[in-house]
Amino acid sequence: MTDEMPLWEVFIRPRNGLAHKHVGSVHAADATLALDAARDVYTRRGEGNSIWVVPSAAITASDPEHADETFDPTADKIYRHPTFYEIPEDVGHM
Amino acid sequence: MYSQGLIGADGRTEEDETFLEAFQKRIDAEEKIEPKDAMPEGYRRTLIRQIGQHAHSEIVGMLPEGNWITRAPTLKRKAALLAKVQDEGGHGLYLYAAAETLGVSRAQMTEELHSGKAKYSSIFNYPTLSWADIGAIGWLVDGAAIMNQIPLCRCSFGPYARAMIRICKEESFHQRQGYEIMLTLCRGTPEQKEMAQDALNRFWWPALMMFGPHDKDSAHSEQSMKWKIKRFSNDQLRQKFIDATVPQAEYLGLSVPDPELHWDPELNDGKGGYRHGPIDWDEFWRVVKGDGAMNRDRINARRRAWEEGAWVREAALAHAEKQRSRAAKLAAE
Amino acid sequence: MRDESLFNALIELADDHSILCHRLGEWCGHAPILEEDLALTNMALDLIGTARGLYARAAEIEGRGRSEDDLAYLRNERQFRNLILVERPNGDFAHTMIRQLFFAAFMEPYWQAALESRDETVRGIAGKAVKEMSYHIRHAGEWVIRLGDGTEESATRAKAAMEALHIYVDELFHSSPAAAAAAGIGMLPDRRGLRAAWNGITAPILARAGLELPQAANPQTGGRAGLHTEDLGHILCEMQYLQRAYPGATW
Repeated sequence: MTDEMPLWEVFIRPRNGLAHKHVGSVHAADATLALDAARDVYTRRGEGNSIWVVPSAAITASDPEHADETFDPTADKIYRHPTFYEIPEDVGHM
Repeated sequence: MYSQGLIGADGRTEEDETFLEAFQKRIDAEEKIEPKDAMPEGYRRTLIRQIGQHAHSEIVGMLPEGNWITRAPTLKRKAALLAKVQDEGGHGLYLYAAAETLGVSRAQMTEELHSGKAKYSSIFNYPTLSWADIGAIGWLVDGAAIMNQIPLCRCSFGPYARAMIRICKEESFHQRQGYEIMLTLCRGTPEQKEMAQDALNRFWWPALMMFGPHDKDSAHSEQSMKWKIKRFSNDQLRQKFIDATVPQAEYLGLSVPDPELHWDPELNDGKGGYRHGPIDWDEFWRVVKGDGAMNRDRINARRRAWEEGAWVREAALAHAEKQRSRAAKLAAE
Repeated sequence: MRDESLFNALIELADDHSILCHRLGEWCGHAPILEEDLALTNMALDLIGTARGLYARAAEIEGRGRSEDDLAYLRNERQFRNLILVERPNGDFAHTMIRQLFFAAFMEPYWQAALESRDETVRGIAGKAVKEMSYHIRHAGEWVIRLGDGTEESATRAKAAMEALHIYVDELFHSSPAAAAAAGIGMLPDRRGLRAAWNGITAPILARAGLELPQAANPQTGGRAGLHTEDLGHILCEMQYLQRAYPGATW
């Protein structure tokens, strides 16, 4: 049997109202132990109040090779941004 | 937490010029490189080696200080030391994870540590002989490490830089913890002060060696600087450390064990600094190559922990497997 | 008299936590997996925090100017009052986890009850410790389940640990005269009533682990009277070395 414990990605919510944020990873045999490990490793200084662990193998990532076609087409869609539209100053804040 | 100048980095690459130039442009523009980005093989190799060495240093670094956990002289000191050694374990863990993003597993890296193939900071091959050594390690070894590590927070490789930011934040108490131990000893009985001086005598030179060989003897440093894996040269960092540490020793009333140490107004571009005597690089290489007082014991201790823990890891994996097949059976019914 | 009983009862508890912390500290750097190095140290840190609070409160009640360190570092084997369970050597990981489960499964309901103590400091300590012990139960419990229900080897080791440690369980529920007096005046919970709660916590875990708690025909006790195994003396040799070698020094 291989010794290698599966890798898990750890996400922590610092406090209510904020989103879970990726903080690092742990090795653990199963989800329960992964949660314990995440708690014991990543929340020793009061870093959060909620933890997610996700098997690293379950993450599907976009390919940086395709970054141009994936992300660049949004660059010229400037009409999605509020500054694209001209409103006279007299109208006030909008 | 400890890093030292990379031992035996090999940054040679065979990619074509266009690729290397484009990569260098990203680096020069202070863009961070992320794990799945295209990168020169030499960059990847150097990082795997450096982050691995750094992680191993943390893990082996648990041992000399762990040696005094059960003998810590007060409950407060015991709690602080437990927390500090624990941090080192945590930092090793963050760093292994950063290296794992480059496609090397923790098990592989662990194996390389145990086989002696992978190096770690040579400072941990010195024994901790008295309680004052715990003070000296916090003060000098963590102090030297901080000099090294703060620039690493800006390292060009994203996962390494992020791990270092977390590590530096957590470590801020380590050096203070050590200095406070030294201060207490120096204000204590003559015997305690002697203990502190003896620890400084034994750890001063090894601490200076932590920054790695002189720049002129550091073959692969230049490439690492160009790739912004490294931001300052070994000698620059060593000088910074000495300049910061000598006044701290004076405050303690301890003498730095270097008869040639003196203030030189010419150093640091005329701002002045402490010029130090010759470092015994033979000793450095002897210890790096495995002949320090504790090399064998350190690796044996790590190997023993790993081997004696195998049945535990196997049990956890076996249980997880059983749970999976039980769930599958249940679903099938 | 009342104060002396309370002092002694607090010392018993403080010694339990300090000695078990010491044992867990021995693991630091040697655990089966890096994640567990951190977990074991977290537990050790919880225990030392509680020990310090209890020693400090005991010293205050005694009122003779002794510090937490005087109490932890300057008493000898016969003056230590910890349970035998907590001084037993770490053995393998199964021993350590089962010992931790046995201890935490007692302390969690104990601290729960201590939330009603007439002593404000004890209530404060209990409030923090009850959460810590819940986590120790959870973490040690998860491991006990995995070891019992893992491989053949791990199950054999877990059984051996049960066999080795079950004889110290009874002592958890014993009350020394000091503890009984402290319970009588509502300062600390009555230990004798907690067996059902302990069983309630451990039984489902042991069941999932496929482990059985053997009946202890002749349970081992004596810690509360300072009658220890030979292990404690060696713990104190290490723990107290600097304080003993340099009397009166500040660290």
